[in-house]
Amino acid sequence: MSQRAKILTVALVLAAFGFIVPHTSSFVVLLATRALVFAILALSVDILLGYAGLASLGQAAYFSVGAYLTAILVTRYHFGLGWDFWLLVPGAMLLGAATAAFFGLFAIRATGVYFLMITLALGQCVWGLAYRWNSLTGGDNGINISARPNFGFDLSDERSFFFLVFAFFAATLLGLYVLVRSPFGRSLEGIRERELRMRVLGYNTWLHKYIAFVIAGAVGGLAGVLWAFTNGLVSPDTAVLTTSVDALLMVVLGGAGTLVGGAIGAAIVFGLREYLSTLVPWWQYVLGGVYVLTILYLPMGLMGLPARIRQFRAFADWRDKETNNLAPSPS
Amino acid sequence: MTGKLQGRMGSLLLGGCVILGLGMNAPAKADDLRIGFIAPVTGFLSQTGKDMVHGFQMYLDDHHGMLGGAKVDFIIADNQAKPDQAVTMAKKLVLQNHVDMFIGGVLASTGYALAPVSTEEKTLYISSIAAADDLTQRQLGKYPYFIRTTWASSQPDHPLGQWACEQGYKKVVTIAADYAFGYESVGGFQQAFEDCGGKVIQKIWPPLGNKDFGPYIPSIKSDADAIYTLMVGPMSPQFPKQLRNAGVKLPIIAGGTSYDDYDLQYFGDEAIGDVSALMYSAALQTPKNEAFVKEFRSKFNEVPGYYAEANYTTAQMIDEAMAKNGGKFPGAEKFIQTMLGLKIDAPRGPVAFDDMRNPIENIYIRKVEKKAMFGDTKPQLWNVVIKTYPNVGQFWTYGKEKFLQQPVYSRDFPPCKYCE
Amino acid sequence: MDLHYWLIQTFNGISYGALLFLVGSGLSLIFGVMRIVNLSHGSYFLWGGYIALSVIGATGSWALSLPVAAAAVAVIGLLMERLFLRPLGFDPLRQVLLTVGFAYLFQQGALDIWGGNNLEIETPDVLSRSIVVGGLYLPLYRVFMIAMALAIGGAIWLVMEKTRMGTAVRATVDDAQMARGVGIDTNRISMLIFALGAFLAALGGVIGGAFLGVYPGLDFEILPLAFAVVIIGGMGSLGGAAIGAMLVGLADNFGKALFPELAYFTLYAPMVLILAIKPTGLFGRE
Repeated sequence: MSQRAKILTVALVLAAFGFIVPHTSSFVVLLATRALVFAILALSVDILLGYAGLASLGQAAYFSVGAYLTAILVTRYHFGLGWDFWLLVPGAMLLGAATAAFFGLFAIRATGVYFLMITLALGQCVWGLAYRWNSLTGGDNGINISARPNFGFDLSDERSFFFLVFAFFAATLLGLYVLVRSPFGRSLEGIRERELRMRVLGYNTWLHKYIAFVIAGAVGGLAGVLWAFTNGLVSPDTAVLTTSVDALLMVVLGGAGTLVGGAIGAAIVFGLREYLSTLVPWWQYVLGGVYVLTILYLPMGLMGLPARIRQFRAFADWRDKETNNLAPSPS
Repeated sequence: MTGKLQGRMGSLLLGGCVILGLGMNAPAKADDLRIGFIAPVTGFLSQTGKDMVHGFQMYLDDHHGMLGGAKVDFIIADNQAKPDQAVTMAKKLVLQNHVDMFIGGVLASTGYALAPVSTEEKTLYISSIAAADDLTQRQLGKYPYFIRTTWASSQPDHPLGQWACEQGYKKVVTIAADYAFGYESVGGFQQAFEDCGGKVIQKIWPPLGNKDFGPYIPSIKSDADAIYTLMVGPMSPQFPKQLRNAGVKLPIIAGGTSYDDYDLQYFGDEAIGDVSALMYSAALQTPKNEAFVKEFRSKFNEVPGYYAEANYTTAQMIDEAMAKNGGKFPGAEKFIQTMLGLKIDAPRGPVAFDDMRNPIENIYIRKVEKKAMFGDTKPQLWNVVIKTYPNVGQFWTYGKEKFLQQPVYSRDFPPCKYCE
Repeated sequence: MDLHYWLIQTFNGISYGALLFLVGSGLSLIFGVMRIVNLSHGSYFLWGGYIALSVIGATGSWALSLPVAAAAVAVIGLLMERLFLRPLGFDPLRQVLLTVGFAYLFQQGALDIWGGNNLEIETPDVLSRSIVVGGLYLPLYRVFMIAMALAIGGAIWLVMEKTRMGTAVRATVDDAQMARGVGIDTNRISMLIFALGAFLAALGGVIGGAFLGVYPGLDFEILPLAFAVVIIGGMGSLGGAAIGAMLVGLADNFGKALFPELAYFTLYAPMVLILAIKPTGLFGRE
């Protein structure tokens, strides 16, 4: 499929989504908004995983940094509920980027398994602070945010808020798309495939990976701001390990390196966690099953499904041809 | 059409159908009373969650699924003990299931998270457990659709503080779970205890859910004459055991959740003699409670804790309020008004409401003893009632206006004047 | 805070470290031999505790529950490795996600089988008192934990150093390709190590069950701690796991007692530093 056709399809799907959802029940709008926030987080994970080849178990750190910043500014300094919301967003992105810049100094030197471990540890550091630094974060109680920004648009209306989050998602998607198609993005993919060769060619691979890490941190911070307002509560659960793991799964499930794959994955994981869980008590079997089956049978994720099917068809054709050649001719 | 495009169109169609399907709801029958029940059925408080559901369900079953003449559609939502999950569940119950009211929440933090939802969605929220003080105190004005049927965090600790002082304790160390409920319980105890002449000389705050008290027990000041504890969930059986194993012999006086009747089966004999205060005890020897405990034990094979009783009584209150409204739900505000006028004879004793939508009830000082009760042959641990304080409201003897002028009990309030 | 305080806290930290050694040593071996990031390790710990409860419920014997629960979980671990992890090959990301998926399945399974209550393993009477040493009250159970860790650690060390099987394992840890080259069946070693790791974790769960309780969520609570032990102590090194466990136990204990606000930070920050400086851990081998 040509690049243009791909872009067109995505745009169509997005437009359809943006049109259909507000006409459904408020609860679906709520779910969709929550899923979209995580889709943004998944985008940040995909930049690292799908393009830089770095699997991070600690993206929830930047997510929660953005969320806590929002919660603290809104509840303690009454900042961010009016037009200053538009200052809050870049502020959170900056903080997410700064945190990633700091953490990256420790993390980017590592690869593979060690990168997983060190990002896990970094994520746990943030969780630990969120959990016990009571005076700052409210500890286990978390911080409640009951208001939504109002700058001409009253975002306490679920549908208006949905549009805002949707717009941010689309904008982030666009921005990251431009990034991965740029020379920088190409270099990242080169590093993912053959780091040694890239280094031999003179690329500063460490720097490339580091910048990707910082960008992922910024996007994570953005998702955090939106999450704080969507969820109404920021607690250590925002930084817990399973949040990072879920984000990783969303990308793998949807298809790493496709950007939109993360959104599809987010929809599925959220559908399971927040919708199926209200219908049946055994939803967690489905969630676990999805993890296991995806890893075993869908390494390229759902987006890779058409290719897999084609592959399978090609194999089946080849096999049939072979058996026909071997079969005895009718006498 | 290429395969990929086909695939995408297909998934788009599928997605669209799913979304539309989600958007459609089952039509509600006019006479149904739809009740959403939010409880931690899974997670570290699942025991509590189940106790809650059992209590409410038992009343419902006893009355053939009807409350006050209306058939009840009882929908249970699991919030996994997470406040933000509770909010999502509440919104789902209101927006998707069109409940007339939602009940529940356990942790104080869940209560503080759910109350705004009731205001936002203009739907009745009955807190049958979440004890967060301020919901019926300084923040009451923010939540016109909220009423509490259980108790405020500090409510039982005020009389306990006075009782402790009367027993002759002079210096107390508090060790309580590090979250709102812990702060408010300690606050209530400290205020009453120090007003009577006692001194709180140290405050320790292990995190909620902590099970290893190794780091905390050695820090307990040796010149104390008693320890006040506030433990929740898995913390409760561990603390007395570890305390005694460490050789500390100080008497324990505690907030009621530290010795929940249901939980006592998991304690050892080291808990005998420990005192706690709550608005209920399963060992209460009144005919109403005996019948309640007997029925609960035969149905669920366990002693009911206050979680079960609170929800059973809540169902009873809804029953009587609905009956007064002719079996039809009159809307949140009128329903609250009706409830406020009720005087209930519950397993816990007589319950009425104050004008801040919180109950006025007996507070029992209970002591753990090993005996055979209610016709049992084998002795087991029970919270035997040793003193009753009748008609205790959330403001104790302080008077509403004066009480509301001081800040809500927190980690730093009342300040620990005698801490070194 | 007097000497008494410091001694007791150190003792507490070490006894907690003993428990972490059991959980962490298994993970360290798995990591060291197979480079597998096993996020269901916490589930093995949890299931160990739950199965022990069932054994005690059925037979009344606490002593029996230890080997039975550990063996049962070892079998589960073995099956998981053979059927699911082996086909995956060396792919850290997919291992992570696969094992997390299993962790969720195990968690739900435990919930369905044993319910969601906070359960506890009753310590046998003989262990529930305290001994008094020099004015210090030492709970006998904590002493037992330390003794168990020493015994198990010693046993494993003996096997590793003195037996042929142990040599084969060490060879596989050092250089799997070479080991295969000299005829060692690395597949069988992997399977054995994974089973052993699960065995140790489950043992930890049974022993910890009297100390921490057995309840849903314990699996994900103990998991990062196990990883901290492995990272700090070094992957594949038993001695490293012991030191790592001690350090984590002490850091956790003193952190909570002295710097409650930074408690978990004092635990994970060193982990980060060590990973940054020496990714294979203090005593790990490349």
